[in-house]
Amino acid sequence: MKPTNTKDPEYYHKVVDCQYACPAHTPVPEYIRLIAAEKFTEAYMVNWESNVFPGVLGRTCDRPCEPACRRVRVEEEPVAICRLKRVAADNKGDVRQYMPQGPFPSNGKRIALIGGGPASLTVARDLAPLGYEIHLFDEQIAGGGMMRSQIPSFRLPEEVLNEEVNFILDLGIHTQFLTYVKSLKEVLEGGYDAVFVGTGAPRGRDLPKLPGRKEGDKNIHIGIEWLAGVAFEHTKSIAQKVIVLGGGNTAMDCCRTSRRLGGKEVKVVVRSPFEEMKASPWEKEDALHEDIKIIDNHVPLSFEVKDGKLIGMKFQKVKPVYDENGKRQLLPTEEDDVFIEADEVLIAIGQENSFPWIERHIGLEFDQWGMPIVDETTFQSTNPKVFFGGDSAFGPKNVITAVAHGHHAAVSIHLFCEGLDVHDRPSPYTNLVSQKMGIHEWSYDSSVAIDQRYIVPQAKKSQTLKDRKKEVELGFDIATAYKETQRCLNCDVQTVFTEDRCIECDACMDVCPTSCITFTVNEEETALRQNLLVPAENLTQDLLVSKELKTGRVMVKDEDVCLHCGLCAERCPTSAWDMQKFLYSTTKANQMITPLPLIEK
Amino acid sequence: MSYLKPLFRHPKLPKNKLGYTQKEYEGSLSTLCAGCGHDSISAAIVQACFEMSVEPHKVAKISGIGCSSKTPTYFLGNSHGFNSVHGRMPSVATGASMANKDMVYFGVSGDGDSASIGMGQFVHVIRRNLNMVYIVMNNGCYGLTKGQDSATADQGSRSKAGSVNPFQAIDLASLAIELGATFVAQSFSGDKQQLVPLIKAAMHHKGFAFLNVISPCVTFNNNPGSTKSYDYVREHIEATSTLDFVPEMPEIKTNYEKGKSTRVAMHDGTLIQLNKLATDWNPEDRVSVANALQHARTKNEILTGLLYVNTEWKDLHGTLSTCSTPLNKLKEDKLCPGTEALKEINAGYR
Repeated sequence: MKPTNTKDPEYYHKVVDCQYACPAHTPVPEYIRLIAAEKFTEAYMVNWESNVFPGVLGRTCDRPCEPACRRVRVEEEPVAICRLKRVAADNKGDVRQYMPQGPFPSNGKRIALIGGGPASLTVARDLAPLGYEIHLFDEQIAGGGMMRSQIPSFRLPEEVLNEEVNFILDLGIHTQFLTYVKSLKEVLEGGYDAVFVGTGAPRGRDLPKLPGRKEGDKNIHIGIEWLAGVAFEHTKSIAQKVIVLGGGNTAMDCCRTSRRLGGKEVKVVVRSPFEEMKASPWEKEDALHEDIKIIDNHVPLSFEVKDGKLIGMKFQKVKPVYDENGKRQLLPTEEDDVFIEADEVLIAIGQENSFPWIERHIGLEFDQWGMPIVDETTFQSTNPKVFFGGDSAFGPKNVITAVAHGHHAAVSIHLFCEGLDVHDRPSPYTNLVSQKMGIHEWSYDSSVAIDQRYIVPQAKKSQTLKDRKKEVELGFDIATAYKETQRCLNCDVQTVFTEDRCIECDACMDVCPTSCITFTVNEEETALRQNLLVPAENLTQDLLVSKELKTGRVMVKDEDVCLHCGLCAERCPTSAWDMQKFLYSTTKANQMITPLPLIEK
Repeated sequence: MSYLKPLFRHPKLPKNKLGYTQKEYEGSLSTLCAGCGHDSISAAIVQACFEMSVEPHKVAKISGIGCSSKTPTYFLGNSHGFNSVHGRMPSVATGASMANKDMVYFGVSGDGDSASIGMGQFVHVIRRNLNMVYIVMNNGCYGLTKGQDSATADQGSRSKAGSVNPFQAIDLASLAIELGATFVAQSFSGDKQQLVPLIKAAMHHKGFAFLNVISPCVTFNNNPGSTKSYDYVREHIEATSTLDFVPEMPEIKTNYEKGKSTRVAMHDGTLIQLNKLATDWNPEDRVSVANALQHARTKNEILTGLLYVNTEWKDLHGTLSTCSTPLNKLKEDKLCPGTEALKEINAGYR
C-alpha cells in the first residue's frame, strides 16, 4: 500500500466517526470535552456554529452520530452524544455575546427565503452577518417549520424552539409570517438577488383507495396535519380508541400525542416487523412505555364504517420473507383478517414534496417524480437564482440534514451573489495541534472509562400524560452528564506518526490495548489487512500506513478500534507518535474570507 | 502519565486452546522508560505463553533486582511471581523447582544481576541443570543507576556520557556453553519473529535453558558508539538459523534447502525446526558452537538464534532421582513411614 496521505483533510476527519457521520459535521468530541469542563456556554457555541439548533437537536435529533460512535465497536452502546448536547443547551450562560452582533453593514443584496424551517433559518444565519437583506416567508404564525408543527411539545418545549429561532431572526431578518407564497414567479419578479426554497415535505401520504376512506373521513386524519393542528391548538382532543397507521417517528409522535389528548386505547399498526420499523428505537421504547400497543405485520385492508361513523379498521396479517439478497417481502399468513376497533385513525405513513406554487415555465426543471432538479453539492436548481435545501431538495430526511443543506446553500448563494463559480467551493477549515504538555502528559483526558451508557431520567408518566406540554425527558443532571462525557474516546485527538523518528523498538505495538499497530512487510491492501496482529476486517475503517522504515518494514495502524488512549505516544521514546487534536469545520458562508477591494491606482 | 492500561481489547482478539485471549497473559502497564527493549521481551513472553496455551497458574516468574527484574510485573499477571534479592534469583528458583517440579519457571535477570552480583549463582545453576528458562535482558549498562558500564559492555563501547569502556566483556552465552548449559540461545529484543519461537523451545527444554537477549537501554545506552544500541545491533546481527518451534509431530516440509534444514527433538517429542544460515555450525555440537561464537566475535558480529541444545543430560530432578510426584504434593501418609516402620528402623541401629 502507498503511504497514507494524512494531509488530505478527509483522512483524519473520517477517524472522528461521529463528526464524519453528522451531516453538518459538528465537532462532537470537542464540545463533549467542554461539557466535561462545565464550559456549557462554549460547548453550546461549538454546536451553534455548526448545527444552529443545539437545544432542539439535543432533544430531537435523529442522531446519525450515535450508531457511528467508536464505542459501539469497542463496547456496545454509543456515547449519549445527543443528550449531552442538550446538557450544553440547558446549562448555557449568555450565549448571545458570542453570536454575530448586528446591525451588519449592508452589502446591497436581497435574498428571499421561502419556508421558515431549519434549512431556511440556517441560510439566514449564515448570510445575515455578510450584510444580505433577508426576507423570510412562512405560512405559519412563527418560524421553525416542521420543528414547530410536527414535533410535539412534550419532546420539544416551545420556549427552547422560540429561543433558538429568535437567535436567528434577531440578526435582522425581515419576516413575513402568515404569508403563503403562491407563486415563485412573483417572488423572482420581486428583484431578489437569489431565492432559497426550504418548504419541506409538507404533504402527508394518504390511503385514498382504501375502502371506507371517504365515508369515514370525518374521523380519519393525516398525521402531520393533525400534529400541526395540535401544535397550533386547533385540535384539542381525540376519541378514546385510536389507531395510528405507520411505523416512523411521525407515527410515534401521533400515538403519544393521542395519549395526551384523551386517547385511552391507542394502537400503532404497522406493516413491517417491529424491529424493522423506521422509528428510532428510543421513540418506540417511549411509546411502549406510555401503554401504546404496537401491532406489527398488519397491512390495512379497509376502514370500517357503520351508520356513517368510523368503527374501526380491517387488517390482513402478513409475515416477512427474505430472499437471498435480504430483500423483504410481506406475504399473507392465510390467517383470518383482523378487525381493530377505533373511533379515530391517524395516517402517518410518510410525507411527500409538493410544489404547486412553482410555475413550470420559469427555467426551473423538475424530474419525472415531480422533484426539482437540484445539484447535490451546490443546491442550485436549473434556474441559477433559485436554491433548494432541507426536505424540499431531495425528499424527507431530518433536521440536521436540513441544517447541513442550509450551510451549503448559503455558501452557494454567497458565491453566486459575488459573481463567482458556485462549484469552486472553499475547502474546510482544519487544524492539527499537538496535545503534549510534558513527558507522558496530554492536555486531554486520555484515560478510557469503562462505564456503560447512562440513562436519561424521565418525568413520571402520570404527570406527562396529563399535560401535552410537559417535557418527558428531564435531561442529564450535571454529575451524570460528566460521567457520560468520560465515555467519549476523544477520537479527534489523532495518533500522528512521523516515520523518520521511529527506531522500531516495537513499544507502541506491544502496549496498544486494542492491537491496532503492526510493524510488518508492506503488501497490497487486502493482504496487508489480513497480516496484521488482528486482521482488519472492518473495511469501512482505513489503515494508516507509514513510509518504509529503516528495516524495510512499514508501520500499519488499523483505525477501527483505536481507543485514542495515547499509550502508543506515551511509550514512544522518540515522539514518533504524537497525539494531535484535529479540528474540522465545514466552511460556512459567514466564515468565508471576502476578498479585499482592489486599491485603485 | 497513564498508570493503567484501558480494559478494552480488540473484540476479535484470537483465542488459544484454553479459550484465553492474550489479555489473560498480560501484566500491568510498564513503568520502564518508553521504548525499553525489556518491554518487547515481556511482550514476546506474553505471546509465547499465549500461543502455547500455557495455563497461567502453572507458571512462576522469579527475578532479582534491576530494570529487567521489574519486568515480571509487566507480563503474566495471572501467574506466580517472586522478586528476590539481587543476584539470588537462581537460589529461589532452585528452591521453588525442588518443591514443585510441575511448574514452568521463568527466571528473569539482567546483565548486572547475572554477570556481576549474581555471577556465582548463575554458574552454579547452570552446573546443576535446573529445569527453567533463564532470560538475561542484556543492555550492557546499569540503567537503574544512570547507565554505568556493566560487565557485559563490550570493550570500546562508548557510553552516553562519552567514556569508552576499557574492560573486556563477559560473554554470557559462551560462558554458559563452557559451563555445560544444555540450551543456549541469543536474540534481540527488536526481533520477535526470532525471539518468540526461542522462548517456546526454551519452555519445552527439560533442563537449563539460557536466553541472552540484547535489549537496548533507550535512555542510557542507545547512543552512537554503543554496541548495544538498536542501530548497532541491527547492523551487526547475524542469525545462526531461522527457526520454528513445532509443538506436535509435523509432516516433513520440503521447502527448506537440503542439508541446511535440521530438526532437534526435545524430551517431550516436540521439535525445533531449524533452517541453518551459518556454516560449520551444528547446534548439537558444543565445539562447533564455541567456534561459531569466537568467529562471530572476531568479525564484530552478534550471533543470534539457537546456539546449542543438548537433550541427553539429566536435569536436576533427574540427577537427584526425585519421585515423580512434586514434593509439595506428598502427603503425610507418603512422607511419614509410621510407628511400625520407625521401630524397625530404630531396631536396625541397635
